[in-house]
Parts: sequence; C-alpha cells; structure tokens
Amino acid sequence: MSAHIRTDYAQSDQLFASRASVIAYAALGVLLVAAPFLIESYYLSQLVFVLIYAIVGVAMNILSGQAGQVSIGHAAFLAIGAYSAAIAQKYGVPLPVYLVLAGAFTGLIGYLVGLPALRLHGIYLAIATLAFAFIVEEVLARWESVTHGNEGLMLAAPNVFGMKLGTNGFYYLCLGVTVVVMLAAINIIRSPTGRAFLAIRDSETAARSMGIDTARYKTSAFAISAAITGVAGVLYAHKLSFISPEMFSLAVSIDFVMIIIIGGVLSLRGAVFGAIFMIMVDPMLIVVKDKLPQITDAAMHGIGLGEPIIASIQAGVLRVVNAPGLKSLIFGLIIILFIIYEPMGLDGRWQRVKAYCKQFPLARQRSARPQRMFLKSERR
Amino acid sequence: MTYFDVKDLTIKFGGLTAVDNVSFDINEGEVFTIIGPNGAGKTTLFNLISRLYTPNAGHIVFRDEDVTQLSAQQIAGRGIARTFQNIELFESASTLQNLLVGRHRHSTTKTWQDILRVRKVRDEEIAHRRAAEEVMDVLRLQRYRDTPIGSLPYGVRKVIEVARALCVGPSLLLLDEPSSGLNVEETDAMAEWILEINRRLKVTVLMVEHDMSLVSRVSDRVLALNYGRKMALGTSEEVQSHPDVVAAYLGA
Amino acid sequence: MLDFIQQVIGGVALGCVYGLIALGFVLIYKATEVVNFAQGEIMMLGAFLSFTFIATLGLNYWLAFLLCVICMAILGSLMERLVVRPILGYPQFSIVMATIGLGLVIRSLVGIIWGTDDLRIETPFTNGVVKLGGLVIAEDSLSIIVATALLCALLYAFFRFTRVGIAMQATSQNMLAAYYMGIPVKRMFSLIWSLSAIVACCAGILLAPITFIHANLGFLGIKAFPAAVLGGFGSIPGALAGGITIGIVESLSGFYLPEGFKDVAAYVVLLAVLLWRPQGLFGSNAMKKV
Repeated sequence: MSAHIRTDYAQSDQLFASRASVIAYAALGVLLVAAPFLIESYYLSQLVFVLIYAIVGVAMNILSGQAGQVSIGHAAFLAIGAYSAAIAQKYGVPLPVYLVLAGAFTGLIGYLVGLPALRLHGIYLAIATLAFAFIVEEVLARWESVTHGNEGLMLAAPNVFGMKLGTNGFYYLCLGVTVVVMLAAINIIRSPTGRAFLAIRDSETAARSMGIDTARYKTSAFAISAAITGVAGVLYAHKLSFISPEMFSLAVSIDFVMIIIIGGVLSLRGAVFGAIFMIMVDPMLIVVKDKLPQITDAAMHGIGLGEPIIASIQAGVLRVVNAPGLKSLIFGLIIILFIIYEPMGLDGRWQRVKAYCKQFPLARQRSARPQRMFLKSERR
Repeated sequence: MTYFDVKDLTIKFGGLTAVDNVSFDINEGEVFTIIGPNGAGKTTLFNLISRLYTPNAGHIVFRDEDVTQLSAQQIAGRGIARTFQNIELFESASTLQNLLVGRHRHSTTKTWQDILRVRKVRDEEIAHRRAAEEVMDVLRLQRYRDTPIGSLPYGVRKVIEVARALCVGPSLLLLDEPSSGLNVEETDAMAEWILEINRRLKVTVLMVEHDMSLVSRVSDRVLALNYGRKMALGTSEEVQSHPDVVAAYLGA
Repeated sequence: MLDFIQQVIGGVALGCVYGLIALGFVLIYKATEVVNFAQGEIMMLGAFLSFTFIATLGLNYWLAFLLCVICMAILGSLMERLVVRPILGYPQFSIVMATIGLGLVIRSLVGIIWGTDDLRIETPFTNGVVKLGGLVIAEDSLSIIVATALLCALLYAFFRFTRVGIAMQATSQNMLAAYYMGIPVKRMFSLIWSLSAIVACCAGILLAPITFIHANLGFLGIKAFPAAVLGGFGSIPGALAGGITIGIVESLSGFYLPEGFKDVAAYVVLLAVLLWRPQGLFGSNAMKKV
C-alpha cells in the first residue's frame, strides 16, 4: 500500500498522481510512438480507428459523462467534420488549417444545436439530437452540388504543407491529435468549466443557485463536444479516403454512445477502453465466424450425437454466423449485458481491480452499482 | 441604506395563493427566521428570493437594488447563497468538488483559458482551494474532503450543503430547514455553527426552521407565516406567544 | 382539392400507425419512466408473426390476429422481466440504451429467423377499395383508421373501468404510494409492457398490408418519436394526435414538396415544435420541486 502525501495546493495541479503513474504513462507513450515499427499494417490501421473512436469518446464523455446532456445524434457532427475536410481539401486548404477550421465550424453547429438543449431535458433532448442527425444525413444526401449526394466524396492523401503523409505519418497525426484532445479534456474537467458541467449534471437547480449560468455552460458543452467530434471527423474522412451520407447513420451515433457506456461514463480512461472494445468487436467477429462452426462440429462429434442431428444443428449455426444481422445482435447483447452487469463500464472494473490489488489481502467487496432512484423523478 | 427588503410579495399557483402580500425587511448582521405550519409558504418564499420562482407581484430589494427581475445565477452573484430543504448536493462529486463549485462566482477565467490552463487559471484554482479549505476548517469537514457525497450520511451532507453555500462568499445566507433530519446532537452543532457563521464570518442569515428551540436560540427576529400570509413578526418570544401563532400551531 | 383530401386520408392512416406506436411509448413511459426505443422493433416482430400465422401456416386472418396478440403479450412481459426490471431506477440514459440494445437484438433475430426479403400477407381488406364521390380509399387504410379508433376505445374503457387499469394508473402516478396500497407494482410493469406490445403488434399487423414486411420496418418506431414528443410523451390522446399530425405532414410533404422532404418532414416539425413549446403540444410543464 502506498499513500500520497501532499504538502502544497499546487501539487494538485500535477497531471500524474505519483511517480508510478508517470512511469506507466511514459511506457505507454513509448509503445505508441514505436507502434508502426512493432506491429503489422492491419493492426496499425485498427489502432488508428481506436484513436479516432477514442477522440469521439472524449467528446461524448464531456457532453454526456461530464455535463449530463444526452445526444444520440453525434454521427452528424462527425459527418460535418468529415465533409468540411473533404470540401476544404478540394479548394487546396492545407490539412492543419482545415483540421482546426472543421473543428471550429462543427463547434459552431454544436453551439446552435445546444440552443434548444437549454429548454429540453432528458428524453426530449435525446430525441431532438436524433432528429438533428436525421436532418443532417438527409441534407448531405440531397445537397448534391456540394456533397455529391449518395455518390459521396473522395479525399486525396492527407497533405501537410506540401508534404504527403504516409500511413505512419497519418498514424502520428492521429496520435498527436488524440493526445492534444485528451490534455484539453483533462484541463476542462479540473477547471471551473468542468465543475460547472458536473454541477449541471447532478442538480441543475443547485447549480443555478451557486451562480452558474447553466445556459452558457450547456451550450459550451455542446460546442466543445461537437468541435472535438468534428476534428475526429476530419481524421475519419482521411482514414477512409471516401465519405458518403450513409456512413453517418443512426447506427454510428449509437456506436458512439456505446463507447462511453462500455468504457464507463465518468472518466476519460473509459472513453479509451470503450474505443478499444468497439474496434475489437469486428476482428473478433471474423474469428468467431471462421471458428465457431468447426468448434461446434467437433464438440457434437465429441459427445457422440447422431449425424442427422449434427447436420441440422450445424445448419442452424451456419445460418447464425453468416446472418447479416450478427454484428448488431452481438452489439445489442453487449449493451444490455454491460448495463445490467457492469453499469460503471470497463473503467469501473479497472478501478476495482486496481483497488483490490493495492489493498490485497484486505480488500472487500464494495457496491459498484449506481444508486437507484425511485423517488427522485425525472419526469416533469 | 436598505439591506434586504421584501415588499408585497405574491405568487399564485393556479388558484392557490402560496405567498400572499408578504412584506418584511432584514437588517444586516441579524439572524432572521421564518416559521409556520406545513404548507404555510416558507419554502416558496425562499424559492422566490433565490429567484427559482418568479413572483406575480411585489419586489425584493437587496442592498438598494431591485433584484426581483434578476436570474437565479445573478442572485448568487450578488452574494445571496442558499441551501435546500431536501439537500441538492452534487452527489457523484467529492466534498471538495462540491465546495469548489460554490466558489464558481469568484472564477474570472474564460472557458478557452480553462482549456489551455493558463497561469491565471492555476493561480485562481489555488485561491479557490484555499478558500474551500478555510470553510472546511470552520465546519470541521476535512476528513470528508475526498469522499463522494453519495456515500456520506445525511447529517454530514446537511453540513456540507451549508459549507458549499458559504463558499459562495455570501453576505446573506438562506438556510432552508437546516435541522430537518438531524438528531439532537447534530442540531446542537448546527445551532453553534449558525451562530459562528453569523458572528464570526459576519454573514446575515435568513432561515426557515421548525425546531423552536433552535429558533429561539439563534434568531434575532422571527416571522410567522400561515396560508401564505404574515401572522406575526418580532422576537422569538413575542412571536411564540402571539395568539394567532398559538392558534395556528395548536389548530384552534 | 381531391388530391389534397386523398393525401390527407392516406396521411391519417399512416399517422394512426405512428400514433399506435407512440401510444406504446407513452404507456410504458407513464408507468415506468422508461422510454422504450425498441417499440418499433416490437411492432415489426408482430408483423412478422402475423406473416408466419397467415402466410406460412395459412390460418384465418382473425385467428392469426388473436394469436399474434397473445404471443406479443407474453414476449412483452418477458422483455420487461429480462431487460428492464434489473435496471429499474438506473439513470434514464442507461435504460434508454438498454432498450436500444433490445431493439438491435430483436431486429437481428428477425433477420436471422425470417431472412431479409420483403414479405407480404393477404388480408380480408387487400385490394378492396371504397369509392366516395371522386375519392378512392383503399380498404387497408380504412381498416387502420377504424381499428385504431376501436383500440383506443378499448384502452379508454380498460383504464377507466377495470380494477387493473385503475391500479396501473395509480402506479404510474406514484410508484411508492401504489406499492404501499398493496398494488403489485412489479406485476403492473409486466402488464404495461404486455399491453404496449399488444398495441405495437396491432400496429404491425395493420401496417403489414400497405407496406412490405421487412427487417427495416422497425425504423418506423423512430418516426413515432416525433409523434410521442408532439403529444407531450405523457398523454394518450396526445400520442394519437401527434401521430396523425406527423402522418399528414409526411404525406402532404411527400406529395407537394421535392423529393427528400418526406423523410425529414417529421423531424423538422418536431424540432420546430420543441423550440416553440419544449414540453410538446399536450405536455404539462411542472418544475422539479426543491
């Protein structure tokens, strides 16, 4: 067991709580920088997706986790960032410039979306963001002179002031943006702005009585979250080098919410855990599709079932693994199971494992479930 | 100078007049208590003063300024802080964070400065921390500094709410039933703290309270309400012996 | 003018379906404060079941209808038991996500069981038309409107006159008080889910003849959100009125406005209404008490 003794208020300002965590993060940093030389290009590509999802996860964390405002339309912000990038690139704007511009523009749209949020609560807000996302998707599909409609837009390779970024270069760009976004988010959370978000999340009435301009902070939560998602959108567009409206559907917005639900709503680390999990589902699914029929086949032969039974069960298994809806089936089950059995997300589990190790053998089971509220009604 | 003056305040909910033409004034530095049976309109009056409700008629004047049309967050900015009858703390945050939220009106940094965490933000953070620690010293809350509110007992939460309101740096502190839900010892401690806040920190206190022993111990003046109307105003003894008040409480 | 009336009638029919789905939302929301994002998928499940009973097993339409309703009632309470009850009292956000998960599961299971082709059923109303002056109204559309009216009358009677209905109302107004009064609150929740699944199932079967039955039918549920929100989310007549409004708006904008407006018209109306009246057209706006 170790204790951190602080002797000065300024020490609370340090990014890392202890020497051990400095070392741990430094090691992680070295690994991430060395990654292009350590892993195959397929995994590097997956890692880029993890970074992009982690950025979106941070955006979702600030809006939903910190400020408590629900959005199930964040794919729209990703789309706005991505299309801004594609269009800016066509006009020869250099990447660093449009990375910032797309972020700022999406942030502005986020601010505008946040305006109705001032008057809406809970489920009304969720549905309003949903409506916004549908409208954006439709506008992208119909505004053909700018967006080429459903044919989509191609992007050239990312270009930083005349220097073309290769795969590794793009990876470092994503890594850099992720680190910057993370630092910004950490700074927000530990500042008056972050505390205002928290106050709005937990009790809006009390927040107002403490002198917090709830309207201002709600809109800025939307603006900040949208801006970060917009930046992720630029990277996303370059990663795929082709964008079209159906890539920003409701399913994508739900993926984004899943990132923080699975990772854990309250912490930034959760956003990263959630991103890793979400990206890993696809490769895992491929493995399952390949291996599951063989495994069931072997298992059934092993317990000595008759050939016709095996054949019919095997047909059923094949039907399930080859069904187009398999991914959403698994996603659906994951969401439900996580919410029921791991409501604090992967980060909550991580914290408990860490606490358990630290306090071993004195650790005891603590309640990890969120407080249930039957009396405090959200209904208005 | 008028310190705090409520004039002809009225609010109606549908057909019910919850606060009916109530007028009173508070002198700087006193402890002023509002009593009354359940449903007398005490909390409604509080919500009117902290501008969570908008009155149908009447005025609230604080330090010669008409604050009737200000928003709730502006009221806090003028130096009026409050607690809530049923505790409205930020439950997922720690005690320290709750207190720091109370310091919000003393922050002058813009959001972009927060994001970049410029020198000014860091300096202000330290100042906020120091102020919060001072309040924790007064109310002996140090041991709960990093504990999430959700895992603290009710009595402690009640004190933390007072601490958070003190962090606002109020000139006028509104306490909505500070002793409700507290046991005898806790009520006793609460009375001491109210006096300490009033005498040592020079904060004017306006409170709603049911516990008459607490009321007579700390109050300079008492206002009794019933059915939203003023029944009696005076010292604790005067009000308690007022025939209307006796009748209202004994249900004559 | 005739075109206009024709469009309005089509819109009302479609709107009734939205209204019925929205009604499902409202029933569950009023009772448990859960917004069930899987309502559209439950409707779809009802439609697919009717396909199995009518087309595959060749049962009589009315018998099949009854069987569907029974099946969905059971499935509805099963969903409540398995997914919603364990997380009752969690933050609303978590519960919403769980029902989204439930919707995904239902949609993909439907895809796995029934495939992804478009299916059709024959009903007693198929191809029948009613001529009224110059107006031509398909019997399918008419059946939706009539059935919706009937269903609403039944629901009204149920809530007004039966013990269970009144107990449900009590539960939705104050869970704890109802519990103290000896109302089996948990069983009420199961019943509410059954009831809501039944309503959705009726919507599905009624809708089946005028569209194909396919695995994306569930997305209509999302269209029903604007309906429920317009109605204020807590009001049963509001849900129907909202549904019919959305149906008419959609049908008219599909006819008079350029392509593309039809799909988003509902959402544009929704955003406009929310900006104007944040609590919906029929909702009441009470502040949380402190």
